[in-house]
Amino acid sequence: MILPPELMMPATVLVPFIGVILILLTRKFPNIREAMTLVTAVTTFLMVLQFLPGVLEGETYSYTFAEPLPGISLAFSLEPLGMLFALIASFLWIVTSVYAIGYMRGAGEQNQTRFYIFFAIAVSFTLGVAFSANLLTLFVFYEMLTLSTYPLVAHKGNTAARDGGRVYLGILLTTSIAFFLPAIIWTYAVAGTLDFQPGGIFDDNVNAVVAGALLLLFFYGAGKAALMPFHRWLPSAMVAPTPVSALLHAVAVVKAGVFTLLKISVYIFGADLLLDLNARDILLYIAGTTILLASLVAMTKDNLKARLAYSTVSQLAYVTLGALLATQAGMEGSAMQIATHAFGKITLFFCAGAIYVATKKTEISDMKGLGRAMPITMLAFFIGAMSIIGLPPTGGTWSKWYLMLGTLESGYLFLMGVLMISSLLNIAYLLPIPIQGFFGGEKDKPTVFSEAPLPCLIAITVTSIGCLVLFICPELLYELAALVYLGAL
Amino acid sequence: MMETILSNLPALQVLLPLLTAPLCFMIRKQGVTWLFAFLATLGSFAIAIDLYREVMTNGPLSYHMGGWEPPWGIEYRLDELNTFIVLLVSAMATMTLVFARKSIEKEIAPQSFALFYTAFLLCFAGLLGITITGDAFNLFVFLEISSLSTYILISFGKDNRALTASFQYLIMGTIGATMLLIGIGFLYMMTGTLNMADLASRLPEVMDTNTVRAAFAFIIVGLSIKLALFPLHIWLPNAYGYAPSTVTIFLAATSTKVAIYALIRFIFTIFGVEFSFGGMPLTAIFLFLSILAVFSGSLSAIYQTNIKHVLAYSSIAQIGYMMIGIALLSTLGLGAGILHMFNHAIMKGCMFMALGCVYFRYGSARIEDFKGLGKTMPLTMAAFVVGGLGLIGMPLTAGFISKWYLVLAALEHGYAGIVIVITILVGSLLAVAYIWRIVEAAYFQEPENEPQGEAPMALLIPTWILALATIYFGLDTRLSVEGATRAAESLIGGGL
Amino acid sequence: MSIVLGLFNYWVVIALMMIGFYLVIATSNLIKKIIGLNIFQTSVFILYISIGKVKGGAAPILEEGTELYANPLPHVLILTAIVVGVATTALGLALIVRIKEAYGSINENEIREKGGTT
Repeated sequence: MILPPELMMPATVLVPFIGVILILLTRKFPNIREAMTLVTAVTTFLMVLQFLPGVLEGETYSYTFAEPLPGISLAFSLEPLGMLFALIASFLWIVTSVYAIGYMRGAGEQNQTRFYIFFAIAVSFTLGVAFSANLLTLFVFYEMLTLSTYPLVAHKGNTAARDGGRVYLGILLTTSIAFFLPAIIWTYAVAGTLDFQPGGIFDDNVNAVVAGALLLLFFYGAGKAALMPFHRWLPSAMVAPTPVSALLHAVAVVKAGVFTLLKISVYIFGADLLLDLNARDILLYIAGTTILLASLVAMTKDNLKARLAYSTVSQLAYVTLGALLATQAGMEGSAMQIATHAFGKITLFFCAGAIYVATKKTEISDMKGLGRAMPITMLAFFIGAMSIIGLPPTGGTWSKWYLMLGTLESGYLFLMGVLMISSLLNIAYLLPIPIQGFFGGEKDKPTVFSEAPLPCLIAITVTSIGCLVLFICPELLYELAALVYLGAL
Repeated sequence: MMETILSNLPALQVLLPLLTAPLCFMIRKQGVTWLFAFLATLGSFAIAIDLYREVMTNGPLSYHMGGWEPPWGIEYRLDELNTFIVLLVSAMATMTLVFARKSIEKEIAPQSFALFYTAFLLCFAGLLGITITGDAFNLFVFLEISSLSTYILISFGKDNRALTASFQYLIMGTIGATMLLIGIGFLYMMTGTLNMADLASRLPEVMDTNTVRAAFAFIIVGLSIKLALFPLHIWLPNAYGYAPSTVTIFLAATSTKVAIYALIRFIFTIFGVEFSFGGMPLTAIFLFLSILAVFSGSLSAIYQTNIKHVLAYSSIAQIGYMMIGIALLSTLGLGAGILHMFNHAIMKGCMFMALGCVYFRYGSARIEDFKGLGKTMPLTMAAFVVGGLGLIGMPLTAGFISKWYLVLAALEHGYAGIVIVITILVGSLLAVAYIWRIVEAAYFQEPENEPQGEAPMALLIPTWILALATIYFGLDTRLSVEGATRAAESLIGGGL
Repeated sequence: MSIVLGLFNYWVVIALMMIGFYLVIATSNLIKKIIGLNIFQTSVFILYISIGKVKGGAAPILEEGTELYANPLPHVLILTAIVVGVATTALGLALIVRIKEAYGSINENEIREKGGTT
């Protein structure tokens, strides 16, 4: 490391901002501008990567910016869960940048400089969320992430985009101010600190009703986790260009939500306290319901991105569920689901975008026989779908495996049933798309090979291979996930 | 010589602007009057800093006007509370004057410049006098000095409605001040003294009389008009809305704050907590009205098309927050209220200055004028957004700090506290709604007007100083929180 | 009877105050409003002046053989308040002149019809 380790974290978060300046300076030359984005993304990833060995050895890094309120600082501190999240977000940013080059040009979007700028800013804030050392810092970056992604969601600037953006902003800001913020202040009033600490920050004799109410407030306050009934913003956000949907609404933003929940479960409540709370039961059932209902809604959607959006709502609830189980397998599965779902869903979104760029098709019913024209895309879609469902040989297998184990461990057989039905539903709404793509449609029509632009294809290949790699070598992922559970004890 | 000056600093604090005012009126040369006014304000600011330091290290000090001993003569009494307010008022006045030089060129006829600065200085002197004096009747006199000059300042507005707004304020303000006068008269009847400290020590004997209760009611209502507590706020939106930008900045940042100070002084120092809150249902009344103020102010703000009115209604809501803090009757609550006075002055000052920049370029401040400003006036709009975030209560801004303490104070109060917390949060959400409308117009809509370019540096610099202050006091809260805590402690005792 | 006659000065104060207040609220003529405001203020002046009276006290001028004086302080105070009142009236009238120039009327209703804000 060039800088002292404690300065590396703020430096890492600043790198995308330097990227913003470079992008601004080179805005007249699209090729250089996009090269700048790529360079920034790679640098950011490398910066994040260098923390990995230390974190695995159990080191903690921390850095304090300011202490505006006594005992409450704005500070960074890196632990395994944040490491996991930061790694995924920064790695997938590189891939998405490659993809965006093909997509934005292919689809002829306006205001591309603004797009790249806010993209970089959003990634920076995502890293801020990942690095946060306490609830207040997390809240700050969480809010800034919401605000900085609004221009991306409303990118097209037409009425539909603005309306979608309003719903997006409305729900996310409302839940965070109405639930998250009071929960934070209340936590401070009860526990006297907001720092994330292994095993939680509440006393053993904390009032169970208060803790339960706080749990409810937190789980609905992190509206980005899209727990029903506050999930409407996610489908609304699909008006955004596909790279945005891919990185932000399959990875950064939604994962910031579930990351927050998992982090709060682990480092604010701790496994022991969670197990004692009645509110946990309520939330478990809500999460189960969300999983099933969102899958069912997904089946009714013919628009590909809308179907993927509801699929995301359902899959996010898996993470929520795992966090609430508060058993070893449950929490580990939850942490792994963050990673495997990210790879699977980003692949699917990339494919949806590639289809749009190549054929302008957005409805699933129009995509029959598309596999013959776009074999790579459709194959990747197939792999991504397998990962979401949780079938080998994809990474999703492991997270689903541990989550199932978690439900068994804690004795919620009902929830295990929910997970199994949900997998069936996933099969029912995802797999027909590639199957129809390869085998449906009119076979006698001459096939014209028309894949998406090359950068898109590269990105799609990388992420779908990622899904496979996570199956073959999940050790690193598992190791981080296991450390997360240790933190909850 | 130097020693004489130093020993008379409390008097100079007020006299400097008060005596420069007629000087400005006599000189009548545009540049010179500004310079004189600025130097007087700056000097006053410097004295305020010195006195603040002095009081913070050595405790309260008392100054006897003309050498007459209190309670016969007029006493200037400086304690933790009023030096803090004096510091705030003089700092904001200095910033406003920096902004004024360029801003009034577009909004006031050149022949009225000297008159403007005269009225400004008188108003400033009046506000300082209210804050610094230890004599109840003297407070009334200074209140009238500042009020009368405020009416003049408002009537400078280009819009004809400024005249009617000023007249409306004159009627309401005079009724308020007269009520205060009645109340002070009653107190004098019962105690035979006008000195605040003396009043405080003599009142307990006669506390249980209807005369004192009537005095209390008159004083509270009279001051509530001046500080625009719901539902006595109707003068405020028009007064803020049609006054010249500079005047709006100054009034929003100082005038209502000083009125709240006077209220705190009467409630806590003169009548005492036991009487005010034990004998009178003041907590219930204030909480009820403040909660209504937050809701009605914020909701009205959402539906305004003139941005000056948006911010004016938002001020009514914010005054609600300050009054909630006072009504909570704890050091924590009172400290939060005082802290919010400080933070709100900075944030609102910043936003009204940004508005003044827009006004400077476009001659009006309707929502349509804001369309596309994110591109054409990026610096102005960025400052506006910073102020707006503060108003919403985003962390990293000053607004968050005061709301944080306010919520903590409310949580001490059980179920009633939860209602307050909900009010504060809903108020924040409504603030998001009215700020977002403007932000959306500025950044995501195409301009309707001919783009005019960024505001001149002379306006941008003070605007940005306040914007940075909004952020600074969200990060480093030593000055603001300590000042407010010490002030609250000096009134109730205990820690924040 | 003592409630009426014994507190005679206060009844006058209250009557004047209510008359003034009523005028301010009820009339739509701006000048009459100012007159009402004046009466309202005058009632307070009388309140102050009458409380300065001490039973059996002489005028507060130092004189041989007088022990008991009326309290001069309220009178002094109210001199200041009168000055303030006069200033307010002057300013109010000046504003009315400007309003008349701008709107061509001093009637609240007519001004409102022409876009004023009273």
